[in-house]
Amino acid sequence: MNLHEYQAKQLLGERGVNVPTGAVCSTAAEVRLFADKVFANGAQLTVVKSQIHAGGRGKGTFKNGFQGGVKVCKSAEETESKASSMLGQVLVTKQTGPDGRMVSKLLVEAARNIKKEYYAAVLLDRATSRPVLMVSTEGGVDIEEVAESHPEKILKESIDPALGLMPYQSRKIAAALGLRGEMMTQATKLFAGLYKTWWECDAAMIEINPLAIMEELDGREVLVAVDAKMSLDDNALFRHSKIHAMRDLAEEADLEIEASKFNLNYIKLDGSIACLVNGAGLAMATMDIIQHFGGNPANFLDVGGGASREQVTAAFKIILSDPNVRGILVNIFGGIMQCDIIAKGIVDAVRETGLTLPLVVRLEGNNVELGRQILRESGLTIISGDSMADAAQKVVNAVGN
Amino acid sequence: MAILVTPQTRVLVQGITGSFGARHTQLSLAYGTLVVAGVTPGKGGQIFEEKVPIFDTVSEAIQQTGATASVVFVPPAFAADAILEGVDAGLDIVICITEGIPVNDMVKVKRAMEGKKTRLIGPNCPGIVTPGTGKDSHGGCRIGISPGYIHKQGSIGVVSRSGTLTYEAVWQLTRRGIGQSTCVGIGGDPVNGTSHLDVIKMFNDDPETEGIIMIGEIGGSAEEEAAAWIKDHCRKPVAGFIAGATAPPGRRMGHAGAIVSGGKGTAAAKIEAFKDAGIGIAPTPSDMADTLLKMMNRA
Repeated sequence: MNLHEYQAKQLLGERGVNVPTGAVCSTAAEVRLFADKVFANGAQLTVVKSQIHAGGRGKGTFKNGFQGGVKVCKSAEETESKASSMLGQVLVTKQTGPDGRMVSKLLVEAARNIKKEYYAAVLLDRATSRPVLMVSTEGGVDIEEVAESHPEKILKESIDPALGLMPYQSRKIAAALGLRGEMMTQATKLFAGLYKTWWECDAAMIEINPLAIMEELDGREVLVAVDAKMSLDDNALFRHSKIHAMRDLAEEADLEIEASKFNLNYIKLDGSIACLVNGAGLAMATMDIIQHFGGNPANFLDVGGGASREQVTAAFKIILSDPNVRGILVNIFGGIMQCDIIAKGIVDAVRETGLTLPLVVRLEGNNVELGRQILRESGLTIISGDSMADAAQKVVNAVGN
Repeated sequence: MAILVTPQTRVLVQGITGSFGARHTQLSLAYGTLVVAGVTPGKGGQIFEEKVPIFDTVSEAIQQTGATASVVFVPPAFAADAILEGVDAGLDIVICITEGIPVNDMVKVKRAMEGKKTRLIGPNCPGIVTPGTGKDSHGGCRIGISPGYIHKQGSIGVVSRSGTLTYEAVWQLTRRGIGQSTCVGIGGDPVNGTSHLDVIKMFNDDPETEGIIMIGEIGGSAEEEAAAWIKDHCRKPVAGFIAGATAPPGRRMGHAGAIVSGGKGTAAAKIEAFKDAGIGIAPTPSDMADTLLKMMNRA
């Protein structure tokens, strides 16, 4: 599960990370109220930020023609007017796809001039099975590009989960970034809060980019998390009801939400051959073999180890809701499940959904002969595949014709 | 010889009274596996299916039955505790089937297991099968949820992150009359107890294993690490398949660990590492057995 920037900053702020003073607004009037207060307190700038999960907001374009999903403003009037152009509009960025995302919330913050930008993140290092604090002097840019062009500019500090991030580790990292004196103290506190948030919230990844040195009105320098991106470990959501409540269904694909209701793992892709498979590895491999024989998979769909009749029917309905689908490949290795029961489930689902598209079924495992017989005698036009390769070729040919 | 477990291994089941644990304990008993004890806190003293005594704690079960291996069917929220109970009691091997354990729980488990003698397989895995010599490989050691009958006793080692792809490879071998020494599912989570490389080293040292099928998938770099070792040290032919070449970046493909993030963990990079190490690449998942058998001149 992904969080919005404002949600991530709330969780970080509660744990000692310095975040800008801000307000989440869903109307222009709320924006104006907050902006008036900010400018009255002596601020010279505000920033208005569209709250969608996709990146590339600043360079995005709204479908109404308005340029930029993140805007710096010099007055309360300007803040309100920019906000009005963004609220309720659809923002298209390089990560949203052409459909874009509706902006229903804005994060409005008091802004300062940025003196220097850095990058900081905490994530799992799979090679060591430990968390790692990752930082760079190259902030405010795409970190993947930095990793590609200047890998030496990315520093990593491995964290012992029994100890947590120790202050000496934060000081070492701060020194490596050139953060000295008062900045070192602030950095140590910020990194500690960042790790604490990651660990306590069961985050998968928290990224602060940029982490910036900003000048306060009194000339004092402060280290601030200017942007924050946070994703959570779905397996741990059961113990974080408050964070789970932050889920924004508007950010998720409708079909994927529907699939999750039936405990189906569905991911929509762009191809024309839908697949329905038991097991994640086999489901990925089924997509791969469709492509190997010249087709394009329309989805990833794992019905799990004990797919019930209801699940299979729900799976068919979800697959058929995708207008690009022109053929279906069912690939089931019924190791523990009985193939005859699966076959009955398929026959029922085909009847219930009134399927007219080509359907290739490859069954293997327990009672496979009985399962194939049920498919043959169903009176439905179901094409049988002997192996994965045979089934994949048959569905690619059927769709091609 | 086989690796990790043999038909003589004495197995205990943590979570034997849950519906999933009970069902697979029955299947293991029917396969001929020596399931000697169950553990369900609060149900000590009961007998499972009039065959297997149930204990409140793992250490009591070990003392009374001599179990050396455990399989964990405990729900995700309690699985880390169950694994560490087995480690504390001094088991040789704990095999955790449970899917959906929080990653940070496994980070803690891994840290707590440092320096301990217990080996962890999984979590989120199908388990281990060392096939027996009876009909449909009956009499072997089946720990976990794999279908026993698809196996055949023999000399090919199989290691995989995916359950159903393991079955696919095993079935391809068995249908060609080729048996397996041991089949190990190491699980699809980002933090697991035993890696591809750990298992490959054991197969390399096992006199009974003559060839290896290694099945990987997108995410992490465990396949690359195994490949680097195989290139310099492995004396046996290895064939492999990597699932997820068509997976979109940034999306988790069912398994918590199956994700390409930040351009890392792609199928292309893993296939390249396999090629560089002389590992035979199965062009499709239908060719896993044939690719290995060709390398062994047994096709």
